[in-house]
Amino acid sequence: MKFRIYRYDPEKDAKPRLQNYDVALDPHDRMLLDALIRVKAVDDSLAFRRSCREGVCGSDAMNINGKNGLACVTNLKSLKEPVELRPLPGLPVIRDLIVDMSQFFKQYHSVRPYLVNDAAPPERERLQSPAEREELDGLYECILCACCSTACPSFWWNPDKFVGPAGLLWAYRFIADSRDRDLDLRLDNLEDPYRLFRCHTIMNCVDVCPKGLNPTLAIEKIKDLMVKRTV
Amino acid sequence: MKVATRRFDALIVGAGGAGMRASLQLSAAGLTVAVLSKVFPTRSHTVAAQGGIGASLGNMSEDSWLWHMYDTVKGSDWLGDQDAIEYMCRMAPEVVYELEHFGMPFDRNPDGTIYQRPFGGHSANFGEKAVRRACAAADRTGHAMLHTLYQQNVRVRTHFFVEWMALDLIHDAEGHVIGVTALDMETGEVVALEAKATLLATGGAGRIFAASTNAFINTGDGLGMAARAGVPLEDMEFWQFHPTGVAGAGVLITEAVRGEGGILLNCNGERFMERYAPNLKDLASRDVVSRSMDQEIKEGRGCGPHKDYVLLKLDHLGPDVIMKRLPSIREIAIKFANVDPIKEPIPVVPTIHYMMGGIPTNIHGQVVAPKDGDPNAVVEGLYAIGECACVSVHGANRLGTNSLLDLLVFGRAAGDFIIGRNLAALGHRALPPDAADLSLSRLARLDAATSGERVADVGNELRRTMQSHCGVFRNETLLAEGVAKVRELEARASRTAIDDKSRTFNTARVEALELDNLVEVAKATIVSALARHESRGAQARSDYPNRDDENWLKHTLWHREGNRLDYKPVQLKPLTVESFPPKARTY
Repeated sequence: MKFRIYRYDPEKDAKPRLQNYDVALDPHDRMLLDALIRVKAVDDSLAFRRSCREGVCGSDAMNINGKNGLACVTNLKSLKEPVELRPLPGLPVIRDLIVDMSQFFKQYHSVRPYLVNDAAPPERERLQSPAEREELDGLYECILCACCSTACPSFWWNPDKFVGPAGLLWAYRFIADSRDRDLDLRLDNLEDPYRLFRCHTIMNCVDVCPKGLNPTLAIEKIKDLMVKRTV
Repeated sequence: MKVATRRFDALIVGAGGAGMRASLQLSAAGLTVAVLSKVFPTRSHTVAAQGGIGASLGNMSEDSWLWHMYDTVKGSDWLGDQDAIEYMCRMAPEVVYELEHFGMPFDRNPDGTIYQRPFGGHSANFGEKAVRRACAAADRTGHAMLHTLYQQNVRVRTHFFVEWMALDLIHDAEGHVIGVTALDMETGEVVALEAKATLLATGGAGRIFAASTNAFINTGDGLGMAARAGVPLEDMEFWQFHPTGVAGAGVLITEAVRGEGGILLNCNGERFMERYAPNLKDLASRDVVSRSMDQEIKEGRGCGPHKDYVLLKLDHLGPDVIMKRLPSIREIAIKFANVDPIKEPIPVVPTIHYMMGGIPTNIHGQVVAPKDGDPNAVVEGLYAIGECACVSVHGANRLGTNSLLDLLVFGRAAGDFIIGRNLAALGHRALPPDAADLSLSRLARLDAATSGERVADVGNELRRTMQSHCGVFRNETLLAEGVAKVRELEARASRTAIDDKSRTFNTARVEALELDNLVEVAKATIVSALARHESRGAQARSDYPNRDDENWLKHTLWHREGNRLDYKPVQLKPLTVESFPPKARTY
């Protein structure tokens, strides 16, 4: 199978290049990650992240034939040859398919992604109804792979100011939690022309999310809450 | 040779569930804590746990921690230490409530309490009937837990060294462990990290086998480090085959499928577990179910063109239960097995999943090793928790849901114990001048080698060897041949060469360093398995088909030096309750 893969090693390369590979696959090779491991067996200098190989750890996000996705759950049969692989767009490249995700995680951390409730907890669990718990579905499943934020033009232009779809999805995950007691501060934290309102509902995030989540909807719900508290 | 140094009160190697539960405790107490991880913390393998966390909350059916303890002792085939098991099962409700308070998105019952499902080997009233003990967040319990723990660590500002690989333990002349050497993967720099307490939480090593549910990162780094530093490894012959890995792909299908009512079928459409475990049936413990499946396949009742798998049927649960309780399983089955479980069964085979053995510790997480006649003498400065440790709560076979519980209970216990040692008042012990020499020589060899064995070839051959010589059914001939092959592979691993000489994010170098650790784990496993002349829990010897309490009710200790084994007694005495004496194990 034929691949064109983005290569860049700052120690050797003045600028990035695309390298062609043609590797023989085993009949059991099913996913793009299986093929990348074949490539690495013949060229050990190709650098990419990977771990769980089942779409739950979020390590192997990359740009696959122009669209962000996880290599481990991208079926080889779905790919047109030569398969062009590039690092996630919009983030600095450390090497080959490995990007520097600091800015992405900084935005995630900026939404205070943890439950805030200063009341002394009961001896047992805090109670939450099944309906309240269902509010978290479609939110808590995020794997922080960054497919969404790095597919978002608003994040490309303002990665330091716009929280981005992943961070905002997490912001809403805590807003939506019946156990959280920090709604006002959470909204204050996002009341800003850039942090939240740079989302122009382009919806690339929804299109690429490998977990089928909908950050745009979460962002709309935060915007609704902003409006509600001003009236 | 000199390397840069950094100092902390406590250093944790590994940012999975155990490491981050411990770091949360330590950071919250105001200690300076560094957590090293080869991957961003939420990518650690805890993220892949699916089914639940065992705790006798009794939210949906009557339960007690003593029943949980009994099930765990029985599940361990009496090789588990009953003091540690009592501690874990007593603490279980508390650590689960705490996790809920941290924000864990558990599923809920109509009364608002945490949803619990039945799981293999868990019973009410000492084996009478199945019990709902597994506290679950759909089939993403590990993901939800790992993210929750990371988020709490963000809150308390734990310092993470992300994409750093620990290489070797540093100890001084008196044998105190005083830190680790580590590789900053992004820059290629080696640094000595000094600490008053060094805690290994590096997880499992399932990558010594060809067919494994484990992530690529599960290469037993903490075990390799311990072994190279002269610490023995305990009960390494005991590796759990999870009954339901996707045939051909190895990806895990949680036991929660059977907890929710799924059943295993052979090619005749027969629910064969009724024959092997008349009481708990498909929810017998994992070693029993895996062996039964293998038996069915061996006797020609497997499914598919090669009759080499069985079927996991769950369509009768209905789309609502599947979509609500098992959504990820559906996703995995569609992606990796081409079947939609709402309509069709999933082809499954027993697949390597969990390492019951590990670095020997006591219930405070302190690493222990034989010294001057004491089999459990403390190795000062060194701690181990989670899958890389052997405390031993899982003995010869772990019960489902007890692994996440182990991480929480012993992560917190080790954290609390270290806090109690008042590290702030202690100074750092002097760093020996040769502290980094071993690590630097390992790297120098790789840098200098221009030709040699390819890392991927040696690793794959090691995995194939372990799979075929140290699998579900073992015997003397197979194991002895396997030991010889592993020794050859060890020699080949010392001659590896990599083409990539860059310092920047050199993943070929990381994989070569990981291979050293895989080799240590494989040696420990197969040498221990060959010596144990009995069948117990996950170790099934066709030449010694029975459990032999008279000769083998004891823990194995493998020493790297001389590839030598010795043994220590099992702790049959619990902390406060009566012992559960060994008896025949049926489900």
